[in-house]
Amino acid sequence: MTAPALLEVENLRIDLVGEETRHAAVEGVSFRIGKGETFGLVGESGCGKSITALSIMGLLRHPLAIGGGAIRLEGKEIQSLPPGQIRRLRGRKIAMIFQEPMTALNPLSPVGRQIAEMFVLHQGASWSEANAKAVEALRQVRVPSPERRVKDFPHQLSGGMRQRVMIAIALACGPDLLVADEPTTALDVTVQAEIVDLMRELCAANGTAILMISHDLGLVANICRRVAVMYAGRVVEEQAADEVFRHPRHPYTRGLVASLPLLGSRAAHGRRKLAEIAGTVPAIAAYPKGCRFNPRCGLATEICRVEDPAATPLPGDGLVRCHHHD
Amino acid sequence: MTDLSMTETEPSRAAAAPLLALDDLAVHYAVTGRMGTGRRMLKAVDGIDLDVKPGECLGLVGESGCGKSTLALAIMGLVPPTRGHIRIAGQDIGAKDRPDRKLMARTVQMVFQDPYASLNPRQTVRRTLADPLRLHGVTDRAEIEGRVADMLARVGLRPEHADRYPHEFSGGQRQRIGIARALILKPRLVICDEPVSALDVSIRAQIINLLLELKDELGLSYIMISHDLGVVEHMSDRVAVMYLGRIVERGGWREIFENPRHPYTRALIAAIPDPFRQHAATARDKAKGEIASALNPPSGCHFHPRCPMKQDRCTVDVPTLDPVTAGHGDIGHWAACHYADRVGAA
Ligand SMILES: Nc1ncnc2c1ncn2[C@@H]1O[C@H](COP(=O)(O)OP(=O)(O)OP(=O)(O)O)[C@@H](O)[C@H]1O
Ligand SMILES: Nc1ncnc2c1ncn2[C@@H]1O[C@H](COP(=O)(O)OP(=O)(O)O)[C@@H](O)[C@H]1O
Ligand code: SF4
Ligand code: SF4
Ligand SMILES: [Mg+2]
Ligand SMILES: [Mg+2]
Repeated sequence: MTAPALLEVENLRIDLVGEETRHAAVEGVSFRIGKGETFGLVGESGCGKSITALSIMGLLRHPLAIGGGAIRLEGKEIQSLPPGQIRRLRGRKIAMIFQEPMTALNPLSPVGRQIAEMFVLHQGASWSEANAKAVEALRQVRVPSPERRVKDFPHQLSGGMRQRVMIAIALACGPDLLVADEPTTALDVTVQAEIVDLMRELCAANGTAILMISHDLGLVANICRRVAVMYAGRVVEEQAADEVFRHPRHPYTRGLVASLPLLGSRAAHGRRKLAEIAGTVPAIAAYPKGCRFNPRCGLATEICRVEDPAATPLPGDGLVRCHHHD
Repeated sequence: MTDLSMTETEPSRAAAAPLLALDDLAVHYAVTGRMGTGRRMLKAVDGIDLDVKPGECLGLVGESGCGKSTLALAIMGLVPPTRGHIRIAGQDIGAKDRPDRKLMARTVQMVFQDPYASLNPRQTVRRTLADPLRLHGVTDRAEIEGRVADMLARVGLRPEHADRYPHEFSGGQRQRIGIARALILKPRLVICDEPVSALDVSIRAQIINLLLELKDELGLSYIMISHDLGVVEHMSDRVAVMYLGRIVERGGWREIFENPRHPYTRALIAAIPDPFRQHAATARDKAKGEIASALNPPSGCHFHPRCPMKQDRCTVDVPTLDPVTAGHGDIGHWAACHYADRVGAA
């Protein structure tokens, strides 16, 4: 790979800054996303997915701050750009959708105007041009009767419709990268399926790459070509999506896959006791020494309790961070 | 999933009298318009027939707002039915001469989604477990101590946990406390309303295994409400699918998952992101748009605006829940669709 990746995150560290303390909430996180590629970031609540996404968007705020590493867009470092420049990248080059669209939409402004604003701000369109484009954008995300819906305020729309509006805003200016942070977690499964189809189709048509963030391994594996699994602020494994399910390499990923009651498994094998992962997810200030998974890991040995495992490349294209990986 | 296999015990349904029987149960809420004008009826639950046999786990699935929690609250006696009957262990709890509330509490208990919100932050675990016992007339201190200790052990907590407060526990441990509180009075039916959805993914298996073990050990019946169909398939003996206040399909877990006969059930199953799925979902498996408001349900079949198989009569005629297969005795397989016999046909 000689051409620079679209997005390259290298050795990213995000600090949680206290009065007198500084804890690394995210540490040593590296991954690259090619043009038009779909990349998944999975992990349990609190493992650092959202703050990784926010740091890419230049949206980290106190008490969180980038503590090291680099974020490159088409080879150019963006993590220390001045606010004005990063704001210009947002929307035009990279765009983000969130789990709860209500927090990202302006409750006092009609949704059509919020979409139109993107065209005015980033493409220098006039308001009348932009309003017409907004209707088209709503039609593209399959909102019924878009001419009427542009006048609606966010609270007048259902959760699924609001997420469609968010997608319309995010994709308005044809960004190269869409960061989607749990975009369907608050939605019912049938609506989730529709929204995911929509995102996938629109991005494929425009060559937009997707960074899909979710706690749902199945969802991410379905949509993405490659997947990185995070645990306690670290990427513990990265592989092609179907490999993560079929041949998980890290003890945490293996435990997670075995613990899921997968549809159809009971019909095929009878009801088996689900594999359990002992213990609980640690808090940032209490990340264990050595491998952060060691208190919960059945394979842990002495070295795991003292030495943080390095990322080992896997045959093919991937990595695993474990002293005793298979 | 290695050598931990459990035996599948199929409860003998045909023989046992139902522990819970719902007969045309309806719960309507009176809601007022935005400007405080015009009272309308929101039909959260609208004519449900359902029963649960001793030792059985009934899975209840359906999208947000379809009435699952309202159904649970009605069975718990926490909202009054608008119509119909709820019989628990033979007693009609909707009747005017309300039966003994305490007796009902000893028969039916509930486990909630959010273990933190459902526990009193100022009470130790011991008090949380001992209070219901005292309320139900257990006065002997040694007996209370013994039952609290026994229950803690059963849900996998240590004796010293009794003196701690909810904030000192992890999410999974709090749910264990929630389960202990539900079981301390030795109920026969436990309604679990999304018991694992608020938990870390790596903790869920612990709680699902625990619930299944306790069911076998104590001979409990469950109503398992979950939006995770994988969990429902894993745990249930029978499954009921709800849509806008009505049951649209019910049957044995295998029939529901392998041969769903209602287009909505098919759409629910097809929508689950499953990397191991053999066939990609086709348009016939997909539901369009979103669930309508229960305040303003579509005419005829409530599902018709989203249904890939809709015909003209669906917008007019309300389909009834009818058997789709003969000869399954009293488990049966029922669906409320005019074209149930065509669903699943290639
Ligand atoms: N106290 C109430 N007053 C008025 N309407 C209510 C009340 N409680 C629930 N509803 C309405 O009744 C319908 C059914 O709600 P319910 O909470 O039973 O759904 P649910 O299936 O449990 O959904 P979820 O999956 O989101 O928990 C919804 O339309 C809801 O808005
Ligand atoms: N604004 C904030 N202030 C303090 N801590 C935060 C803030 N946002 C996130 N965190 C902490 O950073 C860690 C990672 O959070 P997050 O990225 O939101 O996790 P995820 O998205 O994987 O669930 C968590 O421990 C969380 O509590
Ligand atoms: S490094 Fe050791 S503790 Fe960590 S996952 Fe590997 S075997 Fe387990
Ligand atoms: S009755 Fe008609 S609209 Fe309803 S589920 Fe059956 S085919 Fe679809
Ligand atoms: Mg998050
Ligand atoms: Mg509910």
